[in-house]
Amino acid sequence: MADNLLEVKNLITSFKTDGGWLRAVDEISFSVPRGKTVGIVGESGCGKSVTAMSIVQLLPQPMGQVLGGEVILNGQDLIKLSTGEMRKIRGIDIGVIFQEPMTALNPCHRIGKQISEVFLLHTKISKQDAWQASIDILKKVKIPAPELRVGEYPHQLSGGMRQRVVIAMALACKPDLLIADEPTTALDVTVQSQILDLISDLQEEMGMSVILITHDLGVIAQSCDEVVVMYAGRIVEKTTAESLFKEPLHAYTKGLLSSMPRLDTPRKSELKTIPGNVASIHDFVQGCRFCQRLGVPVSELTQKPEYREVSPNHWVETCPQCYKP
Amino acid sequence: MSDNLLEISNLKMHFPIMGGVMLRQKGAVKAVDDVSLFIKHGETLGLVGESGCGKSTLGKCAVRLHAPTSGTINFDGQDISRAGAKTLRSTRQDLQMIFQDPAESLDPRLSVRAIIEEAFAIHKMGTRSERNQWIAELLDRVGLPKKAIDKFSFEFSGGQRQRIGIARAIALKPKLIVADEPVSALDVSVQSQVLNLMLELQRDMGLSYLFIAHDLAVVKHISDRVAVMYLGKIVEVADADTIYKDPKHAYTKALLSAIPEPDPSLKNNRVTLDGEIPSPINPPKGSAFGHRIEHKRYDETIGMDLSLVEIEKDHWVAADPCCLSDEDYKKCLTLS
Repeated sequence: MADNLLEVKNLITSFKTDGGWLRAVDEISFSVPRGKTVGIVGESGCGKSVTAMSIVQLLPQPMGQVLGGEVILNGQDLIKLSTGEMRKIRGIDIGVIFQEPMTALNPCHRIGKQISEVFLLHTKISKQDAWQASIDILKKVKIPAPELRVGEYPHQLSGGMRQRVVIAMALACKPDLLIADEPTTALDVTVQSQILDLISDLQEEMGMSVILITHDLGVIAQSCDEVVVMYAGRIVEKTTAESLFKEPLHAYTKGLLSSMPRLDTPRKSELKTIPGNVASIHDFVQGCRFCQRLGVPVSELTQKPEYREVSPNHWVETCPQCYKP
Repeated sequence: MSDNLLEISNLKMHFPIMGGVMLRQKGAVKAVDDVSLFIKHGETLGLVGESGCGKSTLGKCAVRLHAPTSGTINFDGQDISRAGAKTLRSTRQDLQMIFQDPAESLDPRLSVRAIIEEAFAIHKMGTRSERNQWIAELLDRVGLPKKAIDKFSFEFSGGQRQRIGIARAIALKPKLIVADEPVSALDVSVQSQVLNLMLELQRDMGLSYLFIAHDLAVVKHISDRVAVMYLGKIVEVADADTIYKDPKHAYTKALLSAIPEPDPSLKNNRVTLDGEIPSPINPPKGSAFGHRIEHKRYDETIGMDLSLVEIEKDHWVAADPCCLSDEDYKKCLTLS
């Protein structure tokens, strides 16, 4: 389909451990329309980052492997590409922003050198021009005095500034797709809103698609068009941001939404909770994993619930306990 | 006895910066700069602010993990700001702390039993069997299974670890618990479990909390009153509902509007704040927030007294012409 930039079909990603292969991502499918923002939300360990890393193939080697499915970007299956071909895709077609800006930057090199590297690798450009291009891109991500900042080291910048530099690097070659893995988790709320605004401004300007991974439903509501809710390696619900908050269908989504304290919940009232904890990846059942958390006996959870479109553009994992139309 | 359990007045915590050839002091990080606040019996005071504003330092001063540079800390009728180790030991029966990262604040080489028993051992309370009984009761109280007692902290999930941290903090039946970002490392669904537990314990044991966090929705939920901190100073204190409904200070307003509300229909009515919190080593001479927003009246505030004024009943705000509406500022002037 032409209006989808990226299509992920039945993606399976596993990690090799002493106990055999463990499926961190278990047959998930979703698509990213052109120019739109798709949010992936879920608790820690639900596989949201692994999904992103499978798309760009930056899984830890040799333990992490994509064992099945397709990742189609602009009609090309990324899983089938060689390492060298994939290297050209990253940076040019897909840009990635990682969570912790301090670890994403090399502390030993100047900002300018790190951004120039992207230009030097992917375009035929002289060092001087690359340096100049770095200044331009820093200006674009609204770093004050980019001519000075370009010669500084990461430790001289604040957290928000560092994240801007990481964004600048990701956007240097004007990618079609930007993957932002928890871009604001390490930042303060005020800086978070600056960074989210910046991403959406640049998105509009450059017409790219964004995959925004976060655990914060507030961030999802403010900046995403579509939302994928993941639980224990699977997608339990996928729909537009409006309908997710207005009419969540899966019990997990409902639980997640109602367990957040909001500014308008009565003070000191008891919050709704989701009982139990996410099962460990070693114990994942074939059947509905949210039922597993709620204490349904494992022996009953043998059938994988069907993931289907229950109303236009609203996909749900239709476990009879968790989805009651 | 007054009804204030904790009273902090004019507290300053300056960390010296040493440098030069002779390693003399060449400056100071003014992490907490002239802060006064109080907490009543059974009350929760929420403390919010951006990272680096000094909220954790203030919390640590309150339990005397830091010795403050100046000012007094009156806890339960006793000034502990200069107290020695012996006095502190007995005071800390009533004054406990819950830390942010339960993975780092629990000793990985101690079993849950040993972690909690330490509290009783230090205060020489109970016999072995009594202690075991107490620990079992505590675990039950915080919702951990009985068999947890002989496990190690790394065998638990984040939420359960935080429960161990809470069990340790309530072991000696304290009066005040300073909770420094107790839920920010947890997932949403687990976060609400821990918040419910903290509320329940407060109801049952009559605890007071100093609840430090950067998540304003969480703070509002658990607090009776909220104090907003900016660059080592408190800029606004009020009842939790009031501060969210009728914030006076520009920084409080900006902070509130930066919270992403989980409702897509509320998109785009945010005030985005430019810039970042300045360094507490060389804070602006006048209004710190006025400097950040480059307010036209900033120059006036240099050398001005920007201390808190009670603008409405129980609603205190810094009398700062850059950060208040003209009307509110005039009111402050007449009141002070």
